[in-house]
Amino acid sequence: METTVKIREFLEKFIRDADVADDEDLFATGLVTSLFAMHLVLFLEKEFGVKVDNRDLDFDNFRTINAIVALIEKKRATA
Amino acid sequence: MSMTDHEKEGATMAWTPDQLRAQEGFRAFVDEAIVPFADLWDRDEHLPEGIVRALADRGCLGATIPTDLGGGGYDSATFGILCEEIGRGSASLLSLLTVHGMVCQALTIWGSDEQRAQWLPRLATGATLGAFALTEPNIGSDAKNVETTVTRLEDGSYRLDGKKKWISCGQIADLFLVFGQQEGKPVAFLVEKDRPGFSRAPLSGLLGFRAAMLAELTLDGCVVPEGNMVGRPGFGFTHVAGAALDHGRFCVGCGCVGLARGCLEACLDYTSQRKQFGVHLREHPLIQRMLTDMITHIEAARLLCVEAGVMKDARDPRSIMATSTAKYFASTMAARVASDAVQIHGANGCGQEYPVQRYFRDAKIMEIIEGSSQIQQTIIAKFGHLDHVRDQRARSRKGSRG
Ligand SMILES: Cc1cc2nc3c(=O)[nH]c(=O)nc-3n(C[C@H](O)[C@H](O)[C@H](O)COP(=O)(O)OP(=O)(O)OC[C@H]3O[C@@H](n4cnc5c(N)ncnc54)[C@H](O)[C@@H]3O)c2cc1C
Repeated sequence: METTVKIREFLEKFIRDADVADDEDLFATGLVTSLFAMHLVLFLEKEFGVKVDNRDLDFDNFRTINAIVALIEKKRATA
Repeated sequence: MSMTDHEKEGATMAWTPDQLRAQEGFRAFVDEAIVPFADLWDRDEHLPEGIVRALADRGCLGATIPTDLGGGGYDSATFGILCEEIGRGSASLLSLLTVHGMVCQALTIWGSDEQRAQWLPRLATGATLGAFALTEPNIGSDAKNVETTVTRLEDGSYRLDGKKKWISCGQIADLFLVFGQQEGKPVAFLVEKDRPGFSRAPLSGLLGFRAAMLAELTLDGCVVPEGNMVGRPGFGFTHVAGAALDHGRFCVGCGCVGLARGCLEACLDYTSQRKQFGVHLREHPLIQRMLTDMITHIEAARLLCVEAGVMKDARDPRSIMATSTAKYFASTMAARVASDAVQIHGANGCGQEYPVQRYFRDAKIMEIIEGSSQIQQTIIAKFGHLDHVRDQRARSRKGSRG
C-alpha cells in the first residue's frame, strides 16, 4: 500500500491528469518518454533500495502502477 | 590572489583531500602530455596511439567502471575533475574519454552479466576502445527514430543494416554500441569492429574535434549473436542510450569548464604581454569586463557540474535534469568564452600560434553534441512546467487541508 502511494506521488509529476487508476495503462497516457523512463529507474532504486537491471526490462513490469508495485515487491523478496 | 588559489578556495571547497590530490595529478599530466601537443593533433587530424595508451595506463579509460570489474570506481566529482582537466588540454581527447565512457556506462547499468564480465575489464584497461553510434546521415536529434534496421534471423542471431555518421573515435574504436529499430522497437547492440558486414570510413576536414578520429560506419548485413543485444527491444533508446547520453552530458559539461579555463588562462597571459595605447591589454576596462565575465561564468558552470555530480553519486533522479542543465550552461558558456578569447587575442587569436582558435572551433561543437542546445532548451523548459504543476498541486492540497 505504501509502495503504491509513493509511486503514485512520483508519477504525479509526469501526469497532467493526476487521476490515473492503479491498473491503467501508463503507456497509453503518452507519459512514457525517455526522460520519464530514466527518472523512474532512479526513483525506484533510490526509494526502494532495489537494483533495476536488464532482466527487468519488460514492458509488462512498467505498464501500470500495480505492475510497478509487483516488480518492486518481487525484487525486494529476492534481494 | 593567483588563479590557482582562487580555484582552490572556490568551487573545490567541498572536495576531499583525495579529490584535490587527484586534481593535482590530472593537471600535471595534462600540462605535460596534452597541452604542448593538442594544436599539433588538431592540425594533423590525428590522435597518436601514445596518448591513448598514456590515458589508459593512468586508469582514465576505466575511471567510472566498478572496481570489481577492473575499473577505477571513481566518484563523480573525481571523474568530473578528470574531464575538466582533459577538456582544458584537448577537446578531441575529451571526446575519446566521453564516448568510451558512454559505452562503459551503458554496459555497467544495462549490460547482461556476461557482457559486463566479457567487456568491462577490457574497456577498463583500454585493451578495447568503445564508441557510441547513434547518429545517422538522416537522423540526429530525433534519435529514437533511427533508420538502421535490425532483423531477427531464424538461428536467433540479428542482422543489422544501416549507416552511422559523425561517430567520434570511429576510426580507432574496437567495439561500437549501435542503435537500430527492430519492428519499430528501438534496440541497442554491441558490434565488434571485425564483424563481417561492418566497415568504416574516416571523416576529415571538420570545424572542430579535428583529432577526434570521426568515422562513418556502414552496416551491410552485419550479423551479431543475440548475446550482443544490450537491454531489450523497446528499451534501446529510453534506457540504454539514455544512460549513455546522461554520462556523455556530464563529461561534456565538465570538459567545457576545462575548455573555458584554457581560454581564460591564455587570455590572462596574453593581456599581460600585449600592449596597445601604451598599456597592457589588461589595463583596458573593456578587456577587464570580458575577463570578469569569463571568470564568473566558468565558476558558475563548474558549480552546476559539481552539483550534478553530487546528485549522480546519490543516484538521485534529479541528477538527470541537473546534468542536462549543466551541459547546456557549460557548453553555451564555453562557446561565449572562446569567442571572447579570440576577440582578446585579435589577429593573433585567428592564427596558429595561439590555441584560442582551436578552443573556439571545438567550443562550437559542444553546443551540438550530446543533445544540441535547442534539445536541452526543449527538455529543460518542459521539465520546468512539470515541476511547476506539481508544486501548484502540492500547494493547493496544503491550502485545502489548512
Ligand atoms: C564533432 C562531432 C562528433 C560527434 N560524435 C558523435 C558520436 O560519437 N556518436 C553519435 O551518435 N553522434 C555523434 N555526433 C552527432 C551529434 O550527436 C549530432 O550532430 C547531434 O545529435 C545533432 O544532430 P544533427 O547534427 O543531425 O542535427 P539535426 O538534428 O538535424 O538538427 C539541426 C538543427 O536543428 C535543431 N533542432 C532539431 N530538432 C529541433 C527541435 N525539436 N526544436 C528546435 N530545434 C531543433 C538542432 O538543435 C540543430 O540546431 C557528433 C557530431 C559532431 C559534430
